[in-house]
Amino acid sequence: MTKKNITFAGIIFEGGTADEYKTGGWRKLRPILDKDKCTNCLICWVMCPDSAVIVEDGKMVGFNLEHCKGCGICAMECPDKVKAITMEEEEK
Amino acid sequence: MATVTGTKKVVGLTGNSAIAYAMKQVDPDVCAAYPITPSTAIMEEFSGYYADGQVSTELIAVESEHSAMSACIGAAAAGARVMTATSSQGLALMWEMLYVASGLRLPIVMAVVNRALSSPINIHCDHSDSMGARDSGWIQLYSENVQEAYDNLFQAVRIAEDRRVLTPVMVCMDGFITSHAIENLTIMDDAEIKEFIGEHESAYSLLDTENPITVGAMTLPDAYMDIKHQQSKAMAASKDVVVEVAGEFEQRFGRSYGLMEAYMLEDAEVCVVVLSSAAGTTKVAVDELRSQGKKVGLLKPRLYRPFPHEEIMEALRGCKAICVLDRADSMNGFGGPLFTDIRAALYDTPQRPVVINRIFGLGGRDYTVEDAMEVYHELLRIKETGKVETLSAYLGED
Repeated sequence: MTKKNITFAGIIFEGGTADEYKTGGWRKLRPILDKDKCTNCLICWVMCPDSAVIVEDGKMVGFNLEHCKGCGICAMECPDKVKAITMEEEEK
Repeated sequence: MATVTGTKKVVGLTGNSAIAYAMKQVDPDVCAAYPITPSTAIMEEFSGYYADGQVSTELIAVESEHSAMSACIGAAAAGARVMTATSSQGLALMWEMLYVASGLRLPIVMAVVNRALSSPINIHCDHSDSMGARDSGWIQLYSENVQEAYDNLFQAVRIAEDRRVLTPVMVCMDGFITSHAIENLTIMDDAEIKEFIGEHESAYSLLDTENPITVGAMTLPDAYMDIKHQQSKAMAASKDVVVEVAGEFEQRFGRSYGLMEAYMLEDAEVCVVVLSSAAGTTKVAVDELRSQGKKVGLLKPRLYRPFPHEEIMEALRGCKAICVLDRADSMNGFGGPLFTDIRAALYDTPQRPVVINRIFGLGGRDYTVEDAMEVYHELLRIKETGKVETLSAYLGED
């Protein structure tokens, strides 16, 4: 919403606009995927609270870093025998 | 439940019964409420109308007043015509949601049966509940008697839903004094009411999946202030709508309302300003003093939020000494809420009158004609001597 276009009571008269609000800048830790280890079980996709795990044709292909806040749930939930996701410090 | 026949236009009802009956006549889409003394009978009787199939309302029994107002907000955002009622601690528990309702510009109408706030705990009348909510962005109408409470409720629907306003409205009346006392009042036919209030047509609905919207989104420093400014302008403009709706009400039903009632104020030298039922008591004292040739008058604000400061200044222009009676203490070491507002409004008058404050009737303490006489006598003394002994005090106490 720009200042020139303030709607009545701040109501947003269209759907899905949260997608336009980039929150990736909050991230301190970045998830790194090891494609060789990943079994595409998609548990990370199920558990991600920001819908930031990208899946194409049933395969886990990476992260939407514009919305990933680096919480690390994906890395934690990735099965112990697989551990395809690691969290690394964001570069300053 | 009050029995009201279709043919008899003058009936005897308590304030609560009259409000419940008015709500039945409005037949709102949704009512969500939690009972609390002294407003309990409103929802009790309304739920009777609901059980008997006399209203098409969705009645939501909730577990607290916070939930009641939350449910009202959700329903209003979905485009429903919404009403509820509460008192005292119930209003206090709604606090957070009062601001959400007004900020989202939802035209909810709520009957507030005024009762003291704890502590100490007390179920009787004073205005500490609704006075605390005076800056919550709700329009506030205060009613002197059962007739006014009944009439105000319909006007509140029109005011709240006006496209220029879209702001929630509280209709206040005094707990027990008005809510539980039977008074004669003139009631209207359902058809007359339907015609007066019309259909509620919301510009949007949260449940319209074809046109999805987000209500209550996060706003940051670039937008928040602009949205509050919209709200502030609508609140200020609602004053004219209150007058307009009162005018149409008078045309249809013959009873006259405005921003305030001026009683014997035209040539008054001293004046009392007081809200709600105490105005009726004060009028008796005015009549008696007028019969003795004393130029005394009364101002009873009806619309308190927004505060019609210009009209009040105009109405009190000729007075030399004024006492504002507050049925609530602001606990600020200065004076009650009505006092500080009235005094501020008079700052721009050419000859600033003396304005004193007396706190009265807290927790249901009687306010008698003798009390009013005492106030007028003090004002007449001040007018003669020009001397104010005590600016703010509790009426009848040292």
